[in-house]
Amino acid sequence: MIAAVFSLTALGVVLGLVLGYADRIFKVESNPVVDEVLAMMPGSNCGQCGFPGCAGAANALVDGKAAASVCPPGGKELAVALAAKLGISLDMSQVKDDGPQVAHVSEEICIGCCRCIKACPTDAIIGAAKQIHAVIREACTGCTSCVDRCPTEAMTMKPVPVTVQHWVWPKPAVAA
Amino acid sequence: MGFMDKIFKQPRWGVHPDDHKRPAADTPLRTLPLPARVYIPLVQHVGAAARPIVLVGDKVKKGQMIAEPGGNISAPIHASTSGTVIAIGEITAPHPSGLTLPAITIESDGKDEWIETKGVDDPFSLKPEEITKITAAAGVVGLGGATFPSAVKFSLGKRLEVSTLIVNGGECEPYLSSDDAIMRGHADQVIDGVRLIMHAIGARQALVGIEDNKPEAIAAMRKAAEGFDNIHIRPVPAWYPMGSDKQLIQVLTGKEVPADARAAELGVLVHNVSTCAAVHKAVRLGQPLVERIVTVNGGAVAKPGNIFLPIGTLVEELLAFCGAKETPARLILGGPMMGTPLPHAKTPVVKGASGILAFSAAEAEVPDAGPCIRCGSCSKACPMGLLPLEMAAHIRADDLEGSEAYGLQDCIACGCCSYICPSHIPLVQYFNHAKGELYSKERAKLRTDATKRLAEARTTRLEREAIEKAEAAARRKAERDAAKKKAAEEAAAAAKESTTEGAAS
Repeated sequence: MIAAVFSLTALGVVLGLVLGYADRIFKVESNPVVDEVLAMMPGSNCGQCGFPGCAGAANALVDGKAAASVCPPGGKELAVALAAKLGISLDMSQVKDDGPQVAHVSEEICIGCCRCIKACPTDAIIGAAKQIHAVIREACTGCTSCVDRCPTEAMTMKPVPVTVQHWVWPKPAVAA
Repeated sequence: MGFMDKIFKQPRWGVHPDDHKRPAADTPLRTLPLPARVYIPLVQHVGAAARPIVLVGDKVKKGQMIAEPGGNISAPIHASTSGTVIAIGEITAPHPSGLTLPAITIESDGKDEWIETKGVDDPFSLKPEEITKITAAAGVVGLGGATFPSAVKFSLGKRLEVSTLIVNGGECEPYLSSDDAIMRGHADQVIDGVRLIMHAIGARQALVGIEDNKPEAIAAMRKAAEGFDNIHIRPVPAWYPMGSDKQLIQVLTGKEVPADARAAELGVLVHNVSTCAAVHKAVRLGQPLVERIVTVNGGAVAKPGNIFLPIGTLVEELLAFCGAKETPARLILGGPMMGTPLPHAKTPVVKGASGILAFSAAEAEVPDAGPCIRCGSCSKACPMGLLPLEMAAHIRADDLEGSEAYGLQDCIACGCCSYICPSHIPLVQYFNHAKGELYSKERAKLRTDATKRLAEARTTRLEREAIEKAEAAARRKAERDAAKKKAAEEAAAAAKESTTEGAAS
């Protein structure tokens, strides 16, 4: 009995040390730039870029396989930030940015099928079967994942309204 | 200002614009005839919008609460006249953007009938928290223009154990004289308000700073403060921006508010004289903040002066009452240095409106900006000790972070730099633009973080649901199996019984 306990404990200690050591030596370095780029992405993994989620897009960006304008929900702001971060040129004509958008449910044609709810990556749509759905504006990222799921075309994208609280003074025109 | 004063008293910052306060300040206070309709915006304070608690068609009385505070930092809104609520909808905000704000429209019944109000006879026997509560319920906000809810400031002062209350009677903005009017006409109300606020925040003394271009106000306030040893009336040099809290604190106490601290952390709290009078009315008379004194001034006004009016009156009606010499070339809410240009006159007067200025074409003329000659006048004028020329150069090149490194966030947007610039460069406009842009960037970042949290929460939810589903399926299967087994056993037992029975028979 005692011999068994001892031998197994010794085995555990030795194997543990070996594994711990192997973890240090054979550590897979993840590219820190990829992590930083990933932190800048919206993180909703909506897939509009054509890559497997935001992590995939971040990898492609760092490898130079994607343009800085890859992320539609990120818009112009993100494209500029990414171009500055990675030192790549940015073709602004490629960036389709109509300003920030949010999804909107036309209540008169919503049939309450719940399909959009399942598609939303940020759980921004509330509702139940056969009940009119509604979008929580604060949580909607404008990724448009829900738009194609709607069988009645009740889901549309609308620009985020500019309010007094969000309005910004224009930059003074520079004298020629 | 004498020669010696100039050397010893004149601050080393700021500018000294022509004050244009008289003759408007000397004309007696007038009361606006009751407007037919008032338009009361739900956002008249810093913080969350108020939530309406009345419906279209409701009859309301003057002073009745029509919208409740929408959050911790918010203020209720009260009806400013008696009548019927005829609309709850959007109205052009007194804001440079010309965008709309939700507002409640009341059609006056002409009686201007107050709701039953009850004041407190002996407020000093109340607990300080009670004064704060009454002030909050009366919707009192900072009337100097910042419109920060006063009660929130009281609680902050109480918590940080503020020892000195600074009462801001500076009114350094040219053209404006509404604070002057309240000090001249209602000094007793102001002083009583000061005592109430001191009681609410536990301050031991109050320093009332009044610019020395208002000798009548100083005399009236001195008279009203007689007998109160802990209230000191302190004339300060007429110098812009003396009415800015950080500058007034520095002149009155010698303390400088650090860049990353609030005034309350230095043991002082600043309140405007009009706010003090509003606190007096709220506590002693039980009247919420529904009326105020507004200065109407400017070259396009025929009879400038101070007007007492209900909040929510249209600027248009106010200007009609004062008469026009010419069509105003520009309308400004507040003072000419820091005020907001109004898109048109169909905007309501709000709690924070100390003045409405209608400028003639000559006054409103903006000269074309020339190149910066690096004379340094702006740095000399900046009351915060910043380098406006450097900050503006960075902003012009879209380097907002660079301007932040030069202390953009310490800029109080007083406009001294734009005023003094010999090349007429709109410096403060650059800073306002940059602050707005930086703020919206900050908000975008917060939004991205929130999105990430939501996406993660969804992932964990989906995982949890999958596990729960699997467990439920397993449980049901087990139940089914158990039921099947039981049925089989029963059947077997029954069969056995029948065989034994059959054997017995």
